[in-house]
Amino acid sequence: MDKIIIKMKKEVREKIIEICNRFNNNPGELINVLHATQDFLGYLPAEAQELIAECLHIPTAKVYGVVSFYAFFTMTPKGKYPISVCLGTACYVRGAEKILDAFKKELNLEVGQTTPDGLFSLTCLRCVGACGLAPVAMVGDKVYGRLAPADVKNIVKEYKDLEAANA
Amino acid sequence: MDTVKLTIDNREVEVPKGTTILKAAQKLGIDIPTLCHFELEGLGVHNRPGGCRICVVEVEKRRNLAPACVTECMEGMVVKTNSIRVINARKTVLELILSDHPSDCLQCAKSGRCELQDLAIRFGVRENPYIGGNHEMSSYQVEVSPSIIRDMNKCVMCRRCETMCNEMQTVGALSAIERGFPAVVSTAFNQHLDHSPCTFCGQCVAVCPVGALTEVDHTSKIIRAIADPTKKTVVQVAPAVRVALGEEFGMEPGTIVTGKLTAALKALGFDYVFDTDWSADLTIMEEGTELIGRLTKFLAGDKSVPLPILTSCCPAWVNFFEHQFPEMRDLPSTAKSPQQMFGAIAKSYFAEKIGCKREDMISVSVMPCLAKKYECSRDELKVNGNPDVDYSISTRELARLIKLANIDFTALPEEKFDSPLGESTGAAVIFGTTGGVIEAAVRTAYEVITKKPLPKIDFEELRGLEGVRSATVDVDGLKLNIGIAHGLGNARKLLEDIKAGRSQFHAIEIMACPGGCIDGAGQPQHHGNSDIIKARWEAIYRADREMPIRKSHENPSIQAIYKEYLGEPCGHKSHELLHTHYFDRQTTVEVDVDKK
Repeated sequence: MDKIIIKMKKEVREKIIEICNRFNNNPGELINVLHATQDFLGYLPAEAQELIAECLHIPTAKVYGVVSFYAFFTMTPKGKYPISVCLGTACYVRGAEKILDAFKKELNLEVGQTTPDGLFSLTCLRCVGACGLAPVAMVGDKVYGRLAPADVKNIVKEYKDLEAANA
Repeated sequence: MDTVKLTIDNREVEVPKGTTILKAAQKLGIDIPTLCHFELEGLGVHNRPGGCRICVVEVEKRRNLAPACVTECMEGMVVKTNSIRVINARKTVLELILSDHPSDCLQCAKSGRCELQDLAIRFGVRENPYIGGNHEMSSYQVEVSPSIIRDMNKCVMCRRCETMCNEMQTVGALSAIERGFPAVVSTAFNQHLDHSPCTFCGQCVAVCPVGALTEVDHTSKIIRAIADPTKKTVVQVAPAVRVALGEEFGMEPGTIVTGKLTAALKALGFDYVFDTDWSADLTIMEEGTELIGRLTKFLAGDKSVPLPILTSCCPAWVNFFEHQFPEMRDLPSTAKSPQQMFGAIAKSYFAEKIGCKREDMISVSVMPCLAKKYECSRDELKVNGNPDVDYSISTRELARLIKLANIDFTALPEEKFDSPLGESTGAAVIFGTTGGVIEAAVRTAYEVITKKPLPKIDFEELRGLEGVRSATVDVDGLKLNIGIAHGLGNARKLLEDIKAGRSQFHAIEIMACPGGCIDGAGQPQHHGNSDIIKARWEAIYRADREMPIRKSHENPSIQAIYKEYLGEPCGHKSHELLHTHYFDRQTTVEVDVDKK
């Protein structure tokens, strides 16, 4: 029955405290704080949620309630090369679902998961404003347009090769 | 007061402005069904999310049906609560709720007293059109903690528990999580209650309409213990149980059933039937002496004395300050709760007296409380791993045992508690409600300090059901400032005042449940009827008035145990057996020095 102490890297702890301060530690800004924290860390680990709860003086359960409600927030770390497949209307009618299935098969992943080697993660999003190129997928900031399921293998290979070259 | 006139089911009614359609209909005797809506009038408890939509009604000139529990009455409104459109909509709402709810009602702990089951009966549900197809019910593991069982597949998202945990108690262990079918009320990261700030007050269980939150049931263990010829069973009964147990057998709320309760426990086969009221008197001797001790030092000029002294009888409250205000844990009295004092004496003094080895004694408590189950499992309240209290059962569990044993409770004769741990005073019985512990303490402290008899035993100024109360008691010239809070949210207010240096109190009594133990989470369910709680409250003070002795220090059996065994209050032996210590259990995020 001891005090529960959660450990966190100094720079991470300081950055989250700074984010909370930027929003005046206002509980009403919880979603903005979570956005900024996820921007910084790539995901929202339990420790980060505990610290945000402490700074904003709200229960951790409430923070987790919001994180688990919105599909945008994730508690799984994103891969080094995060893949987002657009499922917006234009992409969808031009076969985005087949593109998504091809990525799932190629990487053996479900949406929201990350490969065990930490290289790739798979998410969906709604419209990147490149409907003329539909169907569209993004890897990091790079946009791939007019995709066919057969292109998926090459895209994945491109990053695996890049990784091998850097190694 | 401004009022509005409206028509409900062709009948006119006038209500104060701001009244909901639900309340206005109740005034006409129209019982609109509800599920998520919950209120305890006069105790500051209300849950009105308007979420379940069971209470929808048709309002003329409005396109959509309106939820009666959150829609305010307007002048000239014409409301229909039973049109075909309403009935169909309500039934669909219920069927949708049932489509994500298990239908194994026969095995459910709530069967027979489940509000969802009541609705299904009322609406005549015979089949569910929404089962099947792509339907996926949520699948959570059943979680068992020392006090509470959580079966989240049965959660209907009424969010009453969340309201109790966050608004009433400000504990913050529970929140709505996830969305769609998996949406339930749970802890952060859906972790075990043991790893959350849960105090086990059980108010979530007290308000849960379905079987999602229930108490840990020890009834089969009790039956086994009684049947074991190698064990001596000793049972104690808390004060609040005697003013509520009768409800489980159809008796009027507020009926005092002490005699029948004693007879029932003897009929169940307990070897010794004793009273927690006895150890409540003992608590007053210890806690009262501690209060006088701290006050005397303080008045002599020692400003380092931890004041105000806070009561420590309520285990949920102890959990609360250990989690939320650990830096102030020198303030509460170190006296154990009456349950634990009883257990400690039963397994030492009494065990020696009857020549029974500690491990051959099974000590059972009947409590209005679920946190008591957790309390008796605490390591520091065990001797070599053997707990002072083996099992704590709720008032509801006792009722189940009595029914199981074919005992006709209402026909039982009145019997008396056994001696020597059964004698008690009026001061002890008022432990069962808010303000009672401090009143009992003041009755004794007054006479010990002044060495004069109390001019008036009843301290009306300490009684009532307002969440936070204060009073100044004149102890022969010494002005004693007393604070009282029930409900942990109210306790928090007093604690923050102390923290900020704004508190003028010398002593504060805190109970975690609204109304105190009379509305503990182990009591018969009140389903939002606060008249039941008020009836129990009155019964507690009636029981006090009926006692021949009404001050703890005049209890002859208490006087005897000090003479014979304990020595003096707060003496060496008392400290060993009757006092405890508290822990810092706060969760904090700190820098990991190892990983830089």
